[in-house]
Amino acid sequence: MSIVLCRIDDRLIHGQVVIGWGRAMGIDLIILVDDQVAASEWEQELYRMAVSPEIEVRFVTMADAARQMSEWQSNGKRGLVLTGDLDTMAALRASSPDVVQRINLGGIHHRAGRRERLPFIYLTDQELRTLQALEAGGAVIMAQDLPTTAPVALKALG
Amino acid sequence: MSEGLRGVVVCHGTLASALVQAAEQISGLGGVLLPVSNTGCDRGTLEERILAAVNGQPAVVFVDLASGPCLVAVLKRLRAEQMVKVVTGVNLAMLVDFVFHRSLSPAEAAIRAAAAGEKSIRIP
Repeated sequence: MSIVLCRIDDRLIHGQVVIGWGRAMGIDLIILVDDQVAASEWEQELYRMAVSPEIEVRFVTMADAARQMSEWQSNGKRGLVLTGDLDTMAALRASSPDVVQRINLGGIHHRAGRRERLPFIYLTDQELRTLQALEAGGAVIMAQDLPTTAPVALKALG
Repeated sequence: MSEGLRGVVVCHGTLASALVQAAEQISGLGGVLLPVSNTGCDRGTLEERILAAVNGQPAVVFVDLASGPCLVAVLKRLRAEQMVKVVTGVNLAMLVDFVFHRSLSPAEAAIRAAAAGEKSIRIP
């Protein structure tokens, strides 16, 4: 198989990712692309504890991810690529547009300057413009926290 | 906040508030436990909420799960603090025990609370 979900979720690996999406999509590989976590063994250990042993978890830097995306796309596993922020996913899209074709906005929460678009999606106007540019470039972007909830198109978040 | 250790309860959704409210109803002691929710905030904001609740005081921080964003946020900011100890798998029994033993050191109180919590898990 291949990468079946590319998700932005600032809580990284947690219940919605592992249970909600992992089970529904038969995920057997989670790739967390986060430079800071990739350098922190204790954080990796904590995140790994949230995942059942049959699911492989890889913690990689943005640079490593860009190099390995095509391999993950063809390694026979059902993979979930996860980033904690929009910029990292945008960079992955730029480096591997053939893999990152659809982007799931799973959790981008409140911080200063952001405005609520959905209860689980807060964006600054600049972040919204970045997403709109990605969509104009061919990416399909949907906000959806769980597979059991209805997806919301990007244009509805403006 | 009364004298003694702080108890900070960090959970998903509204669980922390519910646990704190229930512990206050049972113990009759109010203002001892501070609830923190991860609802509606990113990782940085959650860390700030936790730090504000601990407020630099000796404390035991109770977390719902032994993994996930709440625990990561707690450990990221507090794991180096000698006067703060963390207990995962928070339940009502451990909170009720804790509020009556806040004169212990954080390490002693954490060990005691964890034991009380474990002891309350039964298949009667």
